[in-house]
Amino acid sequence: MKRILFIEDESALQKAFSDTLTEEGYEVVSALDGEIGLRLAKEKKPDVILLDLVLPRLHGFDVLSRLKQDEETKHIPVIVMTNLEEMENVQKALELGATTYLVKSNYQLHDVVERVKQLLAEES
Amino acid sequence: MRIKDPFKQYKEYGIPLWQCPPFLFLIMGIVIIFSMVFVYAIGTRLLNDPYLINLIILGITAALLIIAFIITNSFERLAEANRLKSEFVSIVSHQLRAPLSNFIWALDFLMTGERSGKDITGYFNILKENASRMRNLVNDLLAVSRIQSGKLPFDKQEFSFTELVGQVVDEFRPMVQAANIRLRIEGAKDLPLVRSDPNRLKEVIANFVDNAIRYAWKEEDAKERRGEEKQVIVRFRTQDKQVRFEVEDNGLGISAEDQRFIFEKFFRSERARRHETHGSGLGLYIAKSIIQRAGGIMGFNSKENQGSTFWFSIPIS
Repeated sequence: MKRILFIEDESALQKAFSDTLTEEGYEVVSALDGEIGLRLAKEKKPDVILLDLVLPRLHGFDVLSRLKQDEETKHIPVIVMTNLEEMENVQKALELGATTYLVKSNYQLHDVVERVKQLLAEES
Repeated sequence: MRIKDPFKQYKEYGIPLWQCPPFLFLIMGIVIIFSMVFVYAIGTRLLNDPYLINLIILGITAALLIIAFIITNSFERLAEANRLKSEFVSIVSHQLRAPLSNFIWALDFLMTGERSGKDITGYFNILKENASRMRNLVNDLLAVSRIQSGKLPFDKQEFSFTELVGQVVDEFRPMVQAANIRLRIEGAKDLPLVRSDPNRLKEVIANFVDNAIRYAWKEEDAKERRGEEKQVIVRFRTQDKQVRFEVEDNGLGISAEDQRFIFEKFFRSERARRHETHGSGLGLYIAKSIIQRAGGIMGFNSKENQGSTFWFSIPIS
């Protein structure tokens, strides 16, 4: 079973996302802040990480750069999902090694789910 | 930290160097020196009355200073307007979009597949909660706009301050319990009826209590405080024909650096943002405007890692 780590502080998004993907037969690991997210990325070795940027305790950019510096986690594809859409944020995320960047309120839940599935299919 | 480089903030606001007030002041200074030398030259060659020369010098200097002051002021205002505009956009894009995306995703889930009753209740709660988050933010933004145009409604009537505080505190009981905080009220019993706008004051009281709960110290960060009780104390009493109200907490506190910006709209302290991603930075700005409208004063004491006390004092009638 493919494992997805979702680092996001909005519990509503966590619930909708994990309910949907669990139904689709994936295992979803939830992290409500940056530090927990980073720890779970190392412990659980997910196949893909979805990362929000505005997070309590550790900003998404810090999580991303630490993930990419760590030998154990640097190969895991990271989808950055946020509501900040300034170009500089998009660029910074991609420079730090994010696989893709998407603006949450412009995406329907099933679009995101499709993106995740597609990415996982490419990986394997 | 904020005003290290005098030109940095102007660069951020997109104002070129020749329009920066500090730079203009420098230029003005040079012009003043030159005009003094010029007047001196006239004085030594053309005029003999020292009083008249002095007068001319004073006149020119004053005129230049006034011009400099006006220019500086207008650019400060321009910068302020510019800053507010970009902050407004970033607040709206994040704080309003967050509940909006919760809304959209929850609806997406509800509208796919067969959903049973148990699923649905949880999602309806999400929808309700996020609708009220959006409503609150929109109300706050409208309040700010009314404050700025001086049109904040304020309906004075007589009411019991003690009851008002009780109502607000009761609304927060579930949140207090969830956060494992001990909240107590220390109110004077003999408080007379107060004449002011109870609905507006309720907003202020709710804002103080909400902040005290939201920014309580967190176990994950303050290991040395583990075992210490989290507490919030709500106090009120009369003092020289005024009602003094305060909320004291032993929470995160505000760093000395952030304290001077705390009442500015859209400002959120570094620590607040780190611990709580919700929040528009408008609450205290609105609270202060309401208290000013009520003819009172408002202030706070705070120490990082020890807690804050926010207070206001308004006339009884």
